[in-house]
This record gives sequence, structure tokens and C-alpha cells, in this order.
Amino acid sequence: MGWATDVGRQRSHNEDTVLVVELEQAGYHRTLPTGLLILADGMGGHLAGEVASALAARTAAQYILQACLTLLPTREHSADEPSLKEVLTEAFRRANERVTERVPGGGTTLLCALILGNQAYIANVGDSRAYLVSSTGCSQITRDHSLVDMMVELGQMTAEEAAHHPQRNVLYRAVGQKGLLEVDTFFCRIPPEGVLLLCSDGLWEMVSEEEIARVVTTSSSLQEACEALVEKANQAGGKDNISVILAATPGVADSEFHRPER
Amino acid sequence: MPNPDKDPKEGEGRPSGEDLSTRVMPGLAARRMGTGLTAPPTAAVPPPTGPARQAPAPPAPGSGRLAEGTVLQDRYRILGVLGSGGMSTVYKAQDLRFPKVQRFCAVKEMLNTATDPRVRAVMMQNFEREASILATLQHPAIPQVYDYFTEGDRAYLVTELIPGKDLETLLNETEGFFPEPQVVQWAIQICDVLTYLHTRRPQPIVFRDMKPSNLMLDDQGRIRLVDFGIAKVFQSGEKGTMIGTEGYSPPEQYRGVAEPRGDIYALGATLHHLLTKQDPRLEPPFTFHKRPIHQYNPAVSAELQEIIYRALEYDIQKRFGSAEEMKRALLSLKSARGLVSTAYMPTPEGVHPDALKVIWQFACEDEVRSSPCIHEGILYVGAYDNNLYALDAETGKFLWKYATEGGIASSPAVADGRVFFGSTDGSLYALNAETGRLMWTYPTKARIYSSPRVQFGHVFIGSDDHHLYAVNATSGRMAWKVETEGAVRSTPATGPDAIYVGDEEGVLHAVGVNGRLIWRFRARRAITSSPVVSQDLLYVGSQDWFVYALDLRAGWVVWRYRTDGPVVSTPAVAEGTVFIGSADGHVYALDATNGYLVWRYRTGGQVTSSPAVYQGAVYVGSVDGYVYSLDARTGQLRWRFQTGGPVVSSPRVANDIVYVGSLDHNVYALPI
Repeated sequence: MGWATDVGRQRSHNEDTVLVVELEQAGYHRTLPTGLLILADGMGGHLAGEVASALAARTAAQYILQACLTLLPTREHSADEPSLKEVLTEAFRRANERVTERVPGGGTTLLCALILGNQAYIANVGDSRAYLVSSTGCSQITRDHSLVDMMVELGQMTAEEAAHHPQRNVLYRAVGQKGLLEVDTFFCRIPPEGVLLLCSDGLWEMVSEEEIARVVTTSSSLQEACEALVEKANQAGGKDNISVILAATPGVADSEFHRPER
Repeated sequence: MPNPDKDPKEGEGRPSGEDLSTRVMPGLAARRMGTGLTAPPTAAVPPPTGPARQAPAPPAPGSGRLAEGTVLQDRYRILGVLGSGGMSTVYKAQDLRFPKVQRFCAVKEMLNTATDPRVRAVMMQNFEREASILATLQHPAIPQVYDYFTEGDRAYLVTELIPGKDLETLLNETEGFFPEPQVVQWAIQICDVLTYLHTRRPQPIVFRDMKPSNLMLDDQGRIRLVDFGIAKVFQSGEKGTMIGTEGYSPPEQYRGVAEPRGDIYALGATLHHLLTKQDPRLEPPFTFHKRPIHQYNPAVSAELQEIIYRALEYDIQKRFGSAEEMKRALLSLKSARGLVSTAYMPTPEGVHPDALKVIWQFACEDEVRSSPCIHEGILYVGAYDNNLYALDAETGKFLWKYATEGGIASSPAVADGRVFFGSTDGSLYALNAETGRLMWTYPTKARIYSSPRVQFGHVFIGSDDHHLYAVNATSGRMAWKVETEGAVRSTPATGPDAIYVGDEEGVLHAVGVNGRLIWRFRARRAITSSPVVSQDLLYVGSQDWFVYALDLRAGWVVWRYRTDGPVVSTPAVAEGTVFIGSADGHVYALDATNGYLVWRYRTGGQVTSSPAVYQGAVYVGSVDGYVYSLDARTGQLRWRFQTGGPVVSSPRVANDIVYVGSLDHNVYALPI
């Protein structure tokens, strides 16, 4: 796992928040190696952006970790437990409520990946992105909740037009908006040779996917790759805050976890 | 729930609550085609839904709201605030020029916040030009403009005061839905006023801000178009100021195109909101098609829905060419003539059930509940007449049958030249697949409804004796059995190194190949549905009405989807979609990774049959007696075929032929 966050070249302060937790339990009961990665990109003046992104990340982390500690160590599950999707969605809704209450005028994107062994459960609101990166390139997992992304999807705009549209930064969904927050959830397996990348638009608007894949696959460590990506974004102008998290799977053998009880 | 009044992103021009009993036309600023009225491209666009990135909060409006009693221009005495939005405030005022009578009017005040003096001057000029154009409009649905003027950094527009309620307020206050004829009458009136605006010369006027809150229902029950959004003249073009919610605007507006058919789209959006009560400002933009009107309000006619969706076409050319044309379409509705509207009924258009030619059918002597298995040109199926039948898959010709001591509900499986199946006589049978000669039997202690799964050289099958059995496929000797909490009628699934099966007490068991427990999951009712393994997830239905996706290795719930009835049907997973039936009568298509509903299709009876997916089509039976073929992507009916009895058997497809059994005793072979 590696991460980096940087103010960029043109902003006075960093409104992004990165929160990373590694969780493992050993002993009689074992859990899969668990990772919680959260990235939030705040918006709103007068420090509202950084307050919103930090509050959202912490609120979501608190709820998800609590659920993980309850759910993970057992082999007996039931319909009385919330599903992982419900856990992630509820965590985002709590974050939304708190940001709406405490940071009027502020908002934030929120992207979270809960990694259990080689599986990633991802939840997203806004235009931070999750990618699976391998030597063959980047494949985007999440979908931006931006006006231009929707226009592109509907064939009303080309990707090229979207990249330069004056309203390309307008989101139709973000933490800090009134009402019940709709949350996108995704499930994916991280292949042994693949890396999960979470980033704010400060990276993907500045550095091409090909370049991202090249940096990730040629760096000697994930941490080094994170720093190199930030550097690339800054070289390209660093128009916005840049945040990056990279995670690879710990290569856990199925049989290891499948060790039957008794 | 946060108080919407406190929300900084409250839409421009939307009064926040207070006194809505008399709303007025707070301002008028129609956008004319090609005038370049609001020069900066961003300002020409209405505020989209949601917050803008990097958005500084807008300056608080009404800093220095006019006090009651203030007199403007020696003529308009302010009596109170009617509403306020992002950039403007609307006051109720009395016109002092008419001292003998009480003549009220509405005064809309707009703040020019631009700092650049040249920009300020241009904005004021635009305002005056707009206001003077609007003052020339004469239509009963458009409130009259009495006056306009500027004072310092503020611009004012004085209009007729309209007593009544706007449709958004009315919608929020109304329990249930507006009746269709009512909405159609409003829509016709709106088309009339749009036709008036769009036929102005030299240039058509585009209203650009059609939404329920800008439609007033006056005290005579007539629709009046208020708030042409003149305040937008004062919106600066800077990034980040696009705060507020829109939701009704056509896609082309975000490309800077404003033309009459944009108003038609927005009218479609408004009608969608009025009929469904689903506020588009809370949804992703341009997603009306994903919220079919009849799904929220079944009383809406298919014809009206069709008109609304034509108005909502993304492509301008596909919409009605004019408001007049849309009005004509509305007038053709039954509901426009005051007749009772016909409720929405899904009509299988262009589908002729009789046109489907049966390739062959074969009559057994009793009900066929078992699902066929096709292997090397032979179809195997069990029947309640105690027999397992082997038929020629191509012609339906009878090859042989094998009689057991009980009805056969179990669906056969073929491996290594053997056909395996259970019988309600309690035994698991292995026959020579070619000849039907008995190889071995394995007796359990109760009836078998479960179907065999062959893997790892073993046959896995459940029994009503509360056990899951692993039986050596060659010798017929039991390798192990696992005690379950309830009868096992579910068919086992196998993963890379484990076996999964549900029981009638609602427990799903994950068992290693050695018979040891790996994990268990407890649903709230029986799991009769058979689990299916795909991509690290295990999908299964339960009679507790849910479809579950469980983590294959640990058994926790990844997502679940609640249907409206017990789920006995076994899921089919293809191309990232889970297809499953429910006793609520629907076939569901759910996103395999997150459980979002992709579509659902309503049949005439319970769907306990399990779907089969083949070349982009889903095949499934229903207790209503039909076999359905649906488009896998859209859920649209391709064809349906009526059998003589309920279809609980699950179709199988091989060599472009659909095979299915029916309780009318027949096995059918149908063309895909």
C-alpha cells in the first residue's frame, strides 16, 4: 500500500483528505488481510473544503471499521447483518449528514475501497476515481457523477468536449448535498499482478491513463509510484490538489483462509 | 434530514418557504434565440443539479433586504417578502399611484454583484432590453409587466400579482397523485403559451426555465407562467457559481443551445415530476427514462407516457417539432376528452404468441416439474409419473424411460456417460446415459427433491432427511454426509474447493470437499433456490423475499435485493447480470456486482422457474402457463408461448432450441 497527497502548483491549500487503515487479526480466528482506503476531495470556500473532506473521511471510516470488526471474524453469518453494500452506503450517508449539518457551504467527493483479501468493495460519490492498473493499462471502475460525464454517456458530448467544457467540474452528486445520498457501489477482484488506484481529479485531469499505468508498473514500490504520480501531475501544471492511494493484494492463498475449523 | 432552507445550494429563484400562498411573477427574462443575451457561455446555462466543484459560497442575497414600508420610485410601497432565491427577492407591494383602491403588485429585486464596471453596465443593459421585450408580451398565461427600473446596484421588475399556488407547492401538499386528465389539461395550456412565445417575431422567445415552481395555478384554475428568470442576467460567468438545482433542462442547453424544443423537453420533465412525484433535481440529470412513469403511478396511460418520453428525447430532432404538435398529441388522449384513463398495461407489441411454431412436444403421463438436461443429442427429463425419460433432442422421439418408485422432481445431470437424478422414492439413481440401464442407486432416508451436482468425481445431492450427501460417481458409495438444519431441496453448487447448498430452515452451508464446514449463512426463511457461483460471489434466493450475493469465501452478505415475494427460483448469471424469478410474478435482472435493479418484467403468475440465458435472451416459465423470452438487456418481451399448465420447470437451451416442461404433462421444444 502507498499514498500521497499534495497541494499542487496553483492552489493555496490542500482540500483533499486521504485516510488509510490496515487491519489484520491473527490467532485462533483469522481474518483476511483487510484494508480500508478513503479519498475525499473537498470543495467550498473558507476552509469548508478541507473540513468537509476530513469529516466525511473520518465519519465513513468510523462506521465501516466498526462493521468490519463485527462481521469479519466469524464464520456464521445471517440475514440480520447488514450487507457490505449496506455498510458502505450507510457510511456514506452518515458522512453526508454530518457534512451537511456541520459544514454548510462545503461539500466533498468521497471514494472508499474496502479490501478483503484480493477482493475490493468500492463505494463512490463525486468525481474521484478508482482504477485497476496493470501492465496492459488502466481500467476505470467508478463512474464520475459529473454533468459532462453524463452528457458523454448520453452521446450529447464527446470526451474531448467534456475535457474542456467550462462546467466540467460541476457534479450532480456529492457529499454535502441535501436529501438521501445515492451511492454507487462496485465489487471487483484485484488480480495478483494488478494494483488498485484511488485518485482525485488533480491526478486524472493532469496525467493520462497510459502515463499512470506506465509509472505504476515501472516503480519499485507502491509508495514510490504514488510520489512519482504526484510529481507528474505537478509537472503538468498541478492545477488542483493531487491525492493518490495504491494498493496491491497481499497474495493470500485461498486454502490458507479456507482452513476448516476444529 | 437537513432543513432545505438552510441549504446554500438552494436553487436560484426558488422561494424558500415562507409565504407561498400568493406567488407572483417575480421577473421575466426570456432567452431569445441568437441574441447572445448572456454572453459568457457558463452564464447562459441554468444552474445544474448539485454543488459545483471548487465552489465558493455565493454572496448571501438580500443583504440589505428592503424593510416593510420602504417606498421605491415614490410609487411602490413594500408590504412584505413573497420569496427569495439565490440572487433575487420578490416583494409584495402596493402601487401608490392608485390611492383610491388597493392595487397590489409583485416587485422582483435583483442584485448586480459584478465588480467590473463594464460588466455591470452590460448586465444592466441586458436587463433593460429583456424587460422591455417582456413588457410587450400579451397572453393570458403570462403575467403583465407593469414597470422596471434600476436603483444603484439593484434592478427591479414590477409585475402583476397572481394569487394562487405554484405547482411544486401544490404537488407537495397533495396526497397521492394528480389525476391524469388534470395534468393533461395543464399540459395543453402550457403548450398554448409556449406556442405563443415560440412564434414571436422577429425571434422566438425561449422560456428556458420550465419547472413546476414556475407554473402558477391561479384562483380561476388557469396555469400562469411565472419567473422568466431575468435574474440570470446577473449571474456572473465565473466557475463555481453554478450553484443550485435544475433537473428539468434539456441536454443541449449545456452545449449553449437554447431553442424552442428545449422548452418542450423541460415540459416533459415537468410532467414527469408532476405524475411520478419523483423530483428530478434529486436525480442524476437526463435520467427520466430510467424512472418509467407507470412504475411510480400505474394510473398513467401508456399513451400519455409515450408523449412525455417523446418530449424527453435527448435528440432535439426526435422531440415534437413544436409545442403545437405536442398539444395535438395531448388532445388525442382519452384523458384530454374527460374520459376515464386506461391504466398502463404492458402490451406485448408485435408479438404473436401463436406465430411461434413448436418444434416438437412430448406428452408424459404426469406433470413435468423437473428441468430437462441435454447431452449429446439426448434430452433427459423426469416426470411425476415416476419415469425418467430419454428423448431425441432434435425430434422429440422417445428413446427409453426408467421407472422409479416415486415422482421425479429432481432435474437430471449427466457426466461420464451416466445420468444422475433423485426420486421422491428417496433414492439417488445412476443410469447408463445411452441405454438407461441402472448402474447403481443410493438410498437416502426421505424424499429427494434436490437435483444432483457432479464435480470432483462425486455426486452431491440433498434429501428431505436433512442431509447433504457426497456419493462417489463411479461406485455409488457415500463419501460423506453433512447434517443440515432442514430438508435440502436446493441443488448444490460447487466452487473451486467447496460445495454450497441451502436448506428449508434457511441455512446456506459452505462445505469443503472433505465435508467439513467452512461457513454458514442464515436467511430468514427457507433457501429452496439453488446457489450459483460466479466471480467470487455466490448468488441465491430465499423465501424471505431476498436475493443474496454472498462472499464465496467467507459467507458475508455483499449485497441483497428485496423482491415482493418468496424467491424459490434459482438465479442465472450472465454478462454481469443476475436473472431470477420471484413469487411476486416478476423476473428480475440485477447488476451482479452491486445488486442494482436493471429491469424487471411482470408475468401473470409466480415465477418459480429459473431463467436460462442464451444469446442475449432470457427464457423463463411462469405459473401463468407461459414460457417467456425476454431481451436480456432491456427486459422487453421477445415472445411468449402458452402451455396448458403452470410452468415451474426451468428452460434449457441447446443448439438454438428451448426445452421446457409444463404441468400440462408435456415437454416442449421451441425455437429460440
